[in-house]
Amino acid sequence: MNDAIPILKIGSTLLVSIQVDLQDTTALRLQEDLAERITTTGARGVIIDISGLEIVDSFIGRMLATVAAISQVLDARTVVVGMRPAVAITLVELGLSLGGARTALDVDRGLALLESDDTPSAGATLLDAAKRRAQ
Amino acid sequence: MTTVAPTTTQRLEVRGDADVVRVRQLVRGVAQEARLSLVVQTKLVTAASELARNTLVHGGGGHVTVELVTEGARTGVRAVFADDGPGIADLDLALTDGWTSGGGLGLGLSGSRRLVERFSIDSAPGAGTRVEIVTWSR
Repeated sequence: MNDAIPILKIGSTLLVSIQVDLQDTTALRLQEDLAERITTTGARGVIIDISGLEIVDSFIGRMLATVAAISQVLDARTVVVGMRPAVAITLVELGLSLGGARTALDVDRGLALLESDDTPSAGATLLDAAKRRAQ
Repeated sequence: MTTVAPTTTQRLEVRGDADVVRVRQLVRGVAQEARLSLVVQTKLVTAASELARNTLVHGGGGHVTVELVTEGARTGVRAVFADDGPGIADLDLALTDGWTSGGGLGLGLSGSRRLVERFSIDSAPGAGTRVEIVTWSR
């Protein structure tokens, strides 16, 4: 029950699918494991699939927000995917925000979001070009 | 005051992390028995999770009782979270969004109150804390 949650690496993305009723200590361990894996793998993105979670309370919500903040400091982005509608309604009423975590409906869309984020070089190039023209 | 007739009462000790998960599962089971809608169930279980954690973290452990209640044609779930911990000196403050006695987000009490139909809290310094929540089927 208190087993670690597996973290899969696909390309430069880490994928976590939470399929158990999360105990607080398991949530904290996942937070630490993810920070560790981001640094050792140089991952640019983290996708956390919570479609298996029947509830997200303030503790789990804080864990998701903290993972997003940690990954940001480590130059990676976190996308939370698969939130059930009833969970979304409850989160809003609870007054909880997921901080810097972005959300997507499913893993596919989460991956697409990370990919679109991962081409800032194109945007930067355009911006540089615009700056040069302005000079 | 509503008059409610409890059917069976189930009790769980809250002494550790795993017990918070057990409370969630017990409350979900009774909520399904009471035929609460999925959204109402989810809100109730989330509130129960917050309150069970409070019992553990702030109350130093305690116990939870959960029962199916009926009133006329409708059914509901009542859950009581009790501890013999230090109690709460300023209840109004403790029920304020964002106020926390340490570490948390300060949404446990205030947030769980918004997730259920009836919420009552009884606490005093040195006298422990007792929180009762009730949610009805529509």
